[in-house]
Amino acid sequence: MATARIATYQKMYVWELPVRIFHWLNVLAILVLIATGYLIGAPQKIFDAAEPSQQYWFGIVRFSHFAAAYVFFFNYLFRLYWGFVGNKFAHWSQFIPVTKQRLKEFYEVVVVDILHIRNEREVGEGHNTLAGLSYFAAFLIFLFQAGTGFALYSSMSDSFIPSLFAWVVPLMGGDAWVRQWHHIAMWFFIVFTIVHVYLVIYHDWVEGAGETSSMISGWKFRKDESDDAE
Amino acid sequence: MDYEVPSIWRTMQAKGYSRREFLFFCGVAVAAAGLRANGLAQVVEAFESKPRPPVVWLHFQECTCCSESFIRSSHPIVADIIFDTLSLDYTETLQAASGFQAEKTRDETMKNNQGKYILLVEGSIPMAGDGAYCMIGGKSSEQILKEAAEGAAAIIAWGSCASNGCIQAAKPNPTNATPIHKIVNKPVINVPGCPPIAEVMTGIVTHVLLFDKIPELDSQGRPKEFYSRRVHDTCYRRPFYDAGLFVESWDDDAARQGYCLYKMGCRGPTTYNACSVTKWNANLSYPIQSGHGCIGCSESGFWDNGPFYQHLGAFPGFGIESTADTIGATAAAVTAGGVAVHAAASAIRKRKLVNIQRAEAEKSEAAREQKEAAPEQTENDGGEEQ
Repeated sequence: MATARIATYQKMYVWELPVRIFHWLNVLAILVLIATGYLIGAPQKIFDAAEPSQQYWFGIVRFSHFAAAYVFFFNYLFRLYWGFVGNKFAHWSQFIPVTKQRLKEFYEVVVVDILHIRNEREVGEGHNTLAGLSYFAAFLIFLFQAGTGFALYSSMSDSFIPSLFAWVVPLMGGDAWVRQWHHIAMWFFIVFTIVHVYLVIYHDWVEGAGETSSMISGWKFRKDESDDAE
Repeated sequence: MDYEVPSIWRTMQAKGYSRREFLFFCGVAVAAAGLRANGLAQVVEAFESKPRPPVVWLHFQECTCCSESFIRSSHPIVADIIFDTLSLDYTETLQAASGFQAEKTRDETMKNNQGKYILLVEGSIPMAGDGAYCMIGGKSSEQILKEAAEGAAAIIAWGSCASNGCIQAAKPNPTNATPIHKIVNKPVINVPGCPPIAEVMTGIVTHVLLFDKIPELDSQGRPKEFYSRRVHDTCYRRPFYDAGLFVESWDDDAARQGYCLYKMGCRGPTTYNACSVTKWNANLSYPIQSGHGCIGCSESGFWDNGPFYQHLGAFPGFGIESTADTIGATAAAVTAGGVAVHAAASAIRKRKLVNIQRAEAEKSEAAREQKEAAPEQTENDGGEEQ
């Protein structure tokens, strides 16, 4: 049995606690926002025997939407900040391919993981370039969604933050269009969630690096190739 | 000869109104302009001393519904503003003069009251075909408007046509109908609506009359006092909205109960106007109170904002029936399909890779067990290998 070696794995601390908190708060906020947002767009027929004055379910749905929107927005701002002070895996440059090496990785991901033309590539620890870029696009849509949402909210609120986005309404041709685009952007979040969850499962299966649990524990695993030295 | 313009009080006196009637009129003006009660003295003083301002009312591409609305101003005394107290020197629809004589009156009014007259504009300006689509007395609408705007003290755009183009500017907008604020380079008070509410119109005129300046406007040039809130925010059916009680079809029980018309396409939530406060026809009712949703007639481009009876607008470029939800659901289904295809491809293509990994892991596990069973020997093996 001289050829059989004990594989050793290196434990890599990838996702810092603030990144993980951001991620799960974001999950929570987005789920609430999609559910309540969809209901606001298409309220269901829920009749109650109680007097109308005793009912307020639609008001609660809307309140939840606005509350979750604030959580989403501040969480998002925090993540932007963390992109400058966090570790290298959280750094903003992970989301925009600026180096030659990252562009090469982008090509590799497309060839190996998307098109299955080749079978193997060297896997890094953080976001791969394509994933990083898709998160960058997602961040732009996050901002769009926050902007259009607060713009719609500005007509019913005197708060400071919504008023910052009031200019969006005339720019987009009135509330009707802001609402239309805000609604279509919701579908981006749904599509993104489908793809995101699938790819987590895919990468976890193919790479065996603990993709799924890493967002809970922060740790990823890399097979130690230098175990010949043992 | 001097062109002296008497004050409103003088004019009213000449017409036989009493002081009591004059003060009552001032009180109505205070309310119409949205002032507090202590503004009365200011109004009385203004109407006693200020010359009665001449008005030039221009009509371009429009249907005259704004004029019709205005002359039906609920309060007879408020209606008198235009006929008795304002000096309505030129308006195609109501003036007695016609032809050359009428045009002369307008020119004279403008000349004699340079910088003093109030310009009211009803209708949009056709910019296509060198303005050939709407010409009066041999001049294009654009020419007439620009001449009149030159010496105006204030410019008010009556209705959606003048404020945002309304139906003439709806796609494909063959005459290139253009709202007046895009043509004149002076501040314009936009009073959108198809038509605007009569009391809103008189309220704005009163404001200009009283203060000699335009009221506070929002980012779209609309007076904040009448257009800062959505029809939805002040709607008497709003509690049903918050309670989640909606009309599902025009003849259901919910419709008879007077529940919220949100699901029937009511545009109240996206429309800024005073309908649910001021109402129409002497404060009698407004569309929602009559059981019909708001069609958002005071919103920019409302003819192109989607079907009136559909809550979510049609999505441009995807056919009339496809809403954002149709497209979104299709995109989600296509994505799910793509995921399934990719998963199947991965299962085939990456199986080998995963199997190799699994074999390696099993080997490693076996090696570890062996090591645990005979730790020293393994160590020796390791030593030999090195």
